[in-house]
Amino acid sequence: MTKSVEGADVLADQAARAGTHDVKVAASKVSVFYGEKQALFDVTIDIPARQVMAFIGPSGCGKSTFLRCINRMNDTIDICRVTGSIEIDGANVYDAKIDPVLLRARVGMVFQKPNPFPKSIYDNIAYGPRIHGKAKAGSEMDTIVEASLRRAGLWNEVKDRLKEPGTGLSGGQQQRLCIARAIAVNPDIILMDEPCSALDPIATAKVEELIDELRERYTIVIVTHSMQQAARVSQRAAFFHLGHLVEEGATEHMFTNPSDRRTQDYITGRFG
Amino acid sequence: MSDKSAATTRTGIWYEPDASLKRRYAADKRLRMYGVAAIVFALSMLAILVGTIVMTALPAVTQTHVTLQVELPAEAIDRSDPRSASYQKMLADTISRLYPEVDTPRELRELRQLFTNNAQYMLRDMVVADPSLIGQTVDFTFPMSDIGDQLHKGGIDRNLPPEQRRINNDQIGWYDRLVEQGRITTPLNTGMIFNADSRFPELAGLRGALVGSFYALLICFLVSFPVGISAAVYLEEFAPKNRWTDLIEVNINNLAAVPSIVFGLLGLAVFLNFFGMPRSAPIVGGLVLSLMTLPTIIIATRAALKAVPPSIREAAIGVGASKMQTVGHHVLPLAMPGILTGTIIGLAQALGETAPLLLIGMNAFITAAPDSMFNPSTALPTQIYIWADSPERGFTSRTSAAIVVLLGFLVCMNAIAIYMRKRFERKW
Amino acid sequence: MSATTLLAIVLTLSLIGYLWGRANAAALKKSGIGMHSIPAYHGYFVALSCGIPAFLLVLVWIAAESTVIDRLILAGLPSYVTDGIEGSRMSLILSEIKSVAGGRIFGTPDQAILDAAARYNVLRGTASLAMVVCALAAAIAGMAFAGSRLSAEFRARNSVDGIIRWGLIVCSILAILTTLGIILSLVIESLAFFSRVPVLSFLFGMEWSPQTAMRADQVAAEGAFGAVPVFWGTIFISAIAMFVALPVGLFSAIYLVEYANGTVRSLVKPLLEILAGIPTIVYGFFAILTVAPFIREWGVAMGLSVASNSALAAGGVMGIMLIPFISSFSDDAISAVPQSLRDGAYALGATKAETVRQVLLPAALPGIVGGVLLAVSRAIGETMIVVMAAGLTATLTANPLEGVTTVTVQIVTLLIGDTEFDSPKTLAAFGLGLVLFLSTLALNVVALQVVKRYRERYE
Repeated sequence: MTKSVEGADVLADQAARAGTHDVKVAASKVSVFYGEKQALFDVTIDIPARQVMAFIGPSGCGKSTFLRCINRMNDTIDICRVTGSIEIDGANVYDAKIDPVLLRARVGMVFQKPNPFPKSIYDNIAYGPRIHGKAKAGSEMDTIVEASLRRAGLWNEVKDRLKEPGTGLSGGQQQRLCIARAIAVNPDIILMDEPCSALDPIATAKVEELIDELRERYTIVIVTHSMQQAARVSQRAAFFHLGHLVEEGATEHMFTNPSDRRTQDYITGRFG
Repeated sequence: MSDKSAATTRTGIWYEPDASLKRRYAADKRLRMYGVAAIVFALSMLAILVGTIVMTALPAVTQTHVTLQVELPAEAIDRSDPRSASYQKMLADTISRLYPEVDTPRELRELRQLFTNNAQYMLRDMVVADPSLIGQTVDFTFPMSDIGDQLHKGGIDRNLPPEQRRINNDQIGWYDRLVEQGRITTPLNTGMIFNADSRFPELAGLRGALVGSFYALLICFLVSFPVGISAAVYLEEFAPKNRWTDLIEVNINNLAAVPSIVFGLLGLAVFLNFFGMPRSAPIVGGLVLSLMTLPTIIIATRAALKAVPPSIREAAIGVGASKMQTVGHHVLPLAMPGILTGTIIGLAQALGETAPLLLIGMNAFITAAPDSMFNPSTALPTQIYIWADSPERGFTSRTSAAIVVLLGFLVCMNAIAIYMRKRFERKW
Repeated sequence: MSATTLLAIVLTLSLIGYLWGRANAAALKKSGIGMHSIPAYHGYFVALSCGIPAFLLVLVWIAAESTVIDRLILAGLPSYVTDGIEGSRMSLILSEIKSVAGGRIFGTPDQAILDAAARYNVLRGTASLAMVVCALAAAIAGMAFAGSRLSAEFRARNSVDGIIRWGLIVCSILAILTTLGIILSLVIESLAFFSRVPVLSFLFGMEWSPQTAMRADQVAAEGAFGAVPVFWGTIFISAIAMFVALPVGLFSAIYLVEYANGTVRSLVKPLLEILAGIPTIVYGFFAILTVAPFIREWGVAMGLSVASNSALAAGGVMGIMLIPFISSFSDDAISAVPQSLRDGAYALGATKAETVRQVLLPAALPGIVGGVLLAVSRAIGETMIVVMAAGLTATLTANPLEGVTTVTVQIVTLLIGDTEFDSPKTLAAFGLGLVLFLSTLALNVVALQVVKRYRERYE
């Protein structure tokens, strides 16, 4: 296990040296079927490292479906079938040799509704490192828990009540707890599925601030239905419509000068 | 694809089998195996239970009968009163003609042990039913006794030394002669259903128990169905939300989980001791069972009423129906399939319930089917209990056969319930 | 006239009342007066007013008649018959009177008995005649009263609704009356028992031998009714049952919810439900037919001595019976854990087993615990399996190969074939019944609360 951690560090250094426009995730011709129904059509997109990529589009457009392909969360749905390839650092995650458990340790995920486990705050954070054997119980684990909570900007709020249940926190705190929980496993990529949709504006602002800070260390993909949020937090954006990737590019560019008619209609509020 | 070499290094750690990952997957596999093992255990227990009971019941499907030519001399039977004649003697004469060499009292007794004890009464009933037989020699077919039956069906191993089996070599020889003469037949055991209980397994049947269970279930249905629906309708549609209705609700849920034997104690103390109702009677059994079934029906009815969407009620109230009319004309008919399903399931439970019936004495030994629901009687499950307690070998297979009959009824009732649920299932 | 005929007459009267009321109202309507309710409701009103009082009267009469007549007969006996006699002797006298009255005379009864029998017949005749007269009078009075109220303004619909509503309320109160009846009958008989055997020596006594205590001089003998060995047997057998049912039920639920695909689930679940639908008497017979001999042979092969009614056989079979109970409660509880928690665990890279063990089970624990408590209460109250497969003698042993007895077994053996309501032996059964009722009630209340709370948490 220690090996993989070291390996990750080495690679992180390499990636840092290679510049910020490294491609972290390269998807090519990804289609998703739920039983007979096709939900995603031949999506091809490169996601750059250490940036925030926003997926936008009206509800039901396939953006969450695509997000869940990246860490193979769709595996847990029996009738779901994925074709095409998604390469992370050059390795296809749908390769038979790829272990979804290890994949998910490298690709963290934060969900729409905060979903802390009904355990203490400490145990919520420690859960990932514990199952992956990344740290022994005791001071080593304490360090990881503290670092993760600090990075998620939650440490000062909860350091005195680490033994209290995570479900007792406010909605915004719970969501940052979930982000800290994902960080604790030391992933390269963090997927966020509308992470602020259940939060009030103040909590949303905090989480957005956090996303901006996390960009320095992690590749972040965020699904959002809020154009403003996409504009605030992302460097690049991709617009999905009815299962198709319509347009992808620098956020600023896309919001001021979209090349597709549908994108323009969406961001100017004609539909969705 | 900027840095190919980095990508390969990276994929290296992904593919590398890792001891701790292997351990984690092994744990996963173990949990899955525990689950499969648990299910296999439970299902094989079910299979063994059903299998052994059916296998044990099989011998009871037929009954070994013997046919003898019995002379009914006109001078021995008074035509005006055929009941009074000594049919025992006529039978004894017949048997003596068959086995002239048997003459000591002990041997004669052993010989008679092969045939059912009540043969003389069956002969009497035959003559009483048809007096024209008097003076003739008739083919009289009647059951073998338990040991004769067991011997014929292989329930007694004739290779055992005589002192280890319940039948001696002479008896086996006499029996073999009957077989040689073609006197032994094994017709379908209709007595199992149409006879009442008896001390002798070859004569014992379920008639009394079936009639008793029918009466008890009838009472149970007549009481618990209307009362259960009324209570549920009140609680669901009319009752205000207050401490009283909360109390009734908690009370009903708890009543559903009270051990059945406690209902038996209630029946004993209240119905038998306080109201002085007849002991062992299906009416008391039915009342006790209806108290037990009531919570089931109330809970099922409330669920069915809840499933009727409020829009139906609003529509009825909207055209000026009273609350009572709304419920009576619209809500209740729509909920009826669900209510009936719940009722059938409740009655099926009641049919298999034993303990409360034991306490009110429905395990009495009664050799006739009850004429009314006020007469002493047994019920199907208590009859099983009585037979299971009887030492004769023949009762083992009959107990199993009675269980098969009981399970058959339960399967039918549940099948009807499932069919109704499927047939009338309504999606709102 | 039998009660059935009488009820049929009352029913006919009600029908006549309905037609009469409806016809009257229809006539009023025809004459052009604006009616509040449609004629049929006036008919219903008359029918209910006629039928309900008469019906209730007949029910109460039937319930009370025999008790009242018995009292009258006993009160009328000359003092030389009744002096110094109580309880069981009294009921013997009563049954003698009744059999004489029914024409079954054995031996030469006392003249007082013959007189009483004659009086009994007279009383019964009078009573049944009086019942008919009273019931018919009630029916006709009800009809007349209702008929007098019929008018255009009369709100027949509201009155009928009101009557039905009261009927519904009475039916829901019946559920409470049942509980009340259980508590009262258990408490009253238990009090009679505890007046002979002290509560403490019942609850904490170490020796249970009620059969020997039948002799009058031993009635209050210390220790004969010490129920500790009986309680122990109950707990012991229930523990064995849970030892079988808990792992099997829990693991199969985990497999069905988390691992099995739809086909397996839809096949296995109903099969497990069958186990729950089999009557307990069948399990009892299965225990003595198959399981007990199997355990015996196995024990003999291992060189152990096994009682034919070993606790292991009874408890094991009871465990099989409880499997579907545990599995369906666990199934519900695990399924009720929100999908988001599963997603959270999977997204961190947890395997299925890790998700189950560390996330789902802790979250579902209250629901599972509720189900387990209900199963324990079931095991304690289960009767037929233990009556058939467990022992009769109360022994304090922790060896599952020996026979132990349980509360329910003792209740059944104490009460079967014995109707004397004042021997301590019979009353002891009610003492045991009270303990059984209270302990299962406590378990049920706690379990239902736990399950309810749990449901609320995830709804």
